[in-house]
This record gives sequence, structure tokens and C-alpha cells, in this order.
Amino acid sequence: MNEQQKYFWEGVRAEVPLLIGVFPFGMIYGALAIDAGLSDVAAQMMSSTVFAGSAQFITAQLVKDSTPGFVIVLTIAVVNLRHMLYSASLAPYLASVSTRWKMLLSYLLTDEAYAPSIIQYENEGVKPFSHWFLFGAGAALWIIWQVSTALGIFLGAAIPDSWSLDFALPLTFIAMVVPVLKNRPSVAAALSAGCVALAAGSLPYKLGLIVAALVGIAIGIFLEKRMNATPDEKPSIHALRESLDE
Amino acid sequence: MNIWLVMLVGGLITFGMRFSLIYAFGKLHIPETMRKALHYVPPAVLSAIVFPELFIRSGRVDVSLDNHRLLAGLFAVIVAWASRNTLVTILAGMLALFIVQTVLK
Repeated sequence: MNEQQKYFWEGVRAEVPLLIGVFPFGMIYGALAIDAGLSDVAAQMMSSTVFAGSAQFITAQLVKDSTPGFVIVLTIAVVNLRHMLYSASLAPYLASVSTRWKMLLSYLLTDEAYAPSIIQYENEGVKPFSHWFLFGAGAALWIIWQVSTALGIFLGAAIPDSWSLDFALPLTFIAMVVPVLKNRPSVAAALSAGCVALAAGSLPYKLGLIVAALVGIAIGIFLEKRMNATPDEKPSIHALRESLDE
Repeated sequence: MNIWLVMLVGGLITFGMRFSLIYAFGKLHIPETMRKALHYVPPAVLSAIVFPELFIRSGRVDVSLDNHRLLAGLFAVIVAWASRNTLVTILAGMLALFIVQTVLK
């Protein structure tokens, strides 16, 4: 196996646990889209053009409510604003790949492909073929998203609610976020973002998520700077903790 | 605007956002504070998605024992911390939700 294949399959493997959460989500989307009045072809097509779970759910709802097209498009733009954060976050690691690769990887850049890939990059840094990891994760997700959408369209609303399979999605995010809470600033960033997301949940267009993320990031930076600015307080314990954390 | 056009334009906008800063990175200098900020994107964004999923039931924050997803989610946090394994965390969380739903019915 060459280096490209090695990274590709590592990406696929890292994506597998997330796929367990994504699969029922895709099926539910397919079923809901049909229920909202989208045709089979339209529901399936949205999974390949927009390719973003929450935006697709909201679009289905808006179509059901006979919302004008330009409002739907605007809503998709706002809900997907967070992808600019992902784009900025991955940009330094993808600086050296070709524009074609950047386009392909951008198309595949979802929440679920971003999460394992950023962790991979933060742990291992940039290697010559490490973008194949993101490609593997994104491609695996793309295929599963298309297949699960199709299944959802055909099986319709036959999935019983009592299965609660949709809960697998937040569980996968929990599994991703806990290991990155390596120090106090990152814990504070996570807790503050979560609390703001709760407080700002009533903001329209999922803007609460954006506001919460920005607050969490700001608090993380602030604490990091303050910790660095006061090294004289119990320096030995701090140094020891930091070295243990690494 | 018909539904096909909505999907096409919606798709292009989504792609544009995903592509924007990856493409512009070579042309724009990202300051040190920005780099530091990006380090906190994963914990902040993931928590901002997870908290409402766990705490909000029927449009309101619910911290009672009736909120089965919160209980199962907190258990999953402990399992995630102890195991550092995604699959184990999901299975434990799903099992916890099933048990909580059965016991606290």
C-alpha cells in the first residue's frame, strides 16, 4: 500500500464511527424531505449539491412551508456560515495542495469530515499526502450520505421514533470533543460555547451556533494569553501540568 | 425561484463558504491571534452543537431527570473521557439512553 492509500484508508477508518451516527440521520432526512413534498429526485439531489445535514433539514421544512426560494437560499447560507470557520481552520494544512484538490476537499468539507481531519492534523502535522486522510473521511461520508438518503426516501417514515438512532450524532460529537479538552482554555472554550448556544438558541437561522462558537473561541484565546502572562504564579506546578498534558 | 434552482444556488453558496478561506490562505496572511483562535474552533463548535442537543427538550432548557438525553449524554462524556474511543462512547451512550428510557418511564 502506498502513502496515498494509507492516509485514505486511515481517513475512512476514522470516519466509520461517525458514519454510524450519520446513517440514520440521512435516512431521516430522506423520509422528511419526501414528507415535506420534495420529489424523490429533488430530495436525493439536495444530498449531493448542498451536502450539509442541518441545512438540508431546514430546507425541507421551508419547502413544506412554501417559503420563497431566495429566503431558502439565504437561510442555507446562514446555516452553513460555520463552514467558513472550518475552511479557515484547515487552510494552513492544505496550503500546499493544488487548486483542484482544494476544490474537491472543500466540496467534501462537512462537520463530520472536519472533526477527525483537524484532530489528525493537530496530532501529526502536515505530511506530503496527509490530505488523502481528509479525502478518505469525506468520500466515505459522501457515499454513506447518498445511500442513507436513498434508503430514507424509499423506507419513508417507517423508522420508529423509539429507536432514538438520531442520538448517535450528538454522541459522536461528544466522543470528538472530549479528547481535545487538553487544557483549561480549551475546557473553558467548550463550556462557554455550549452555554451561549443554549442561551442564544432562539436566535433565528441557527445564528446561535455561530455566536456561541465565537464566544468560546474568544474566551479560549483570552485565557491562553492570561495563563502565559502570569507564569510566576506557581510556575513549577504549571510547568509540570503542561508537560503531563503534552 | 424553483426548487432546482434553490438546490443549485444553495449548493454553490455552501461550496463557496467551504472553499473560501482554504483558497484564500495562500494570498492572505493569517495573523498569530487568528491561528490561536483556530485552535479553539473544534471545542467551541462541537460543544455549541452538542449542548442544545442534550439540554433542550421541546424548545426549552431541561435539567430534570425527565431529560433522558442529558443523562445519557453526561454518561457518554464520562465514557469518552475514560475510553477515548468513539465507537465505545456511542454504544455506551445509546445503551444508557435505552436503559434510562426504560427505567425512568
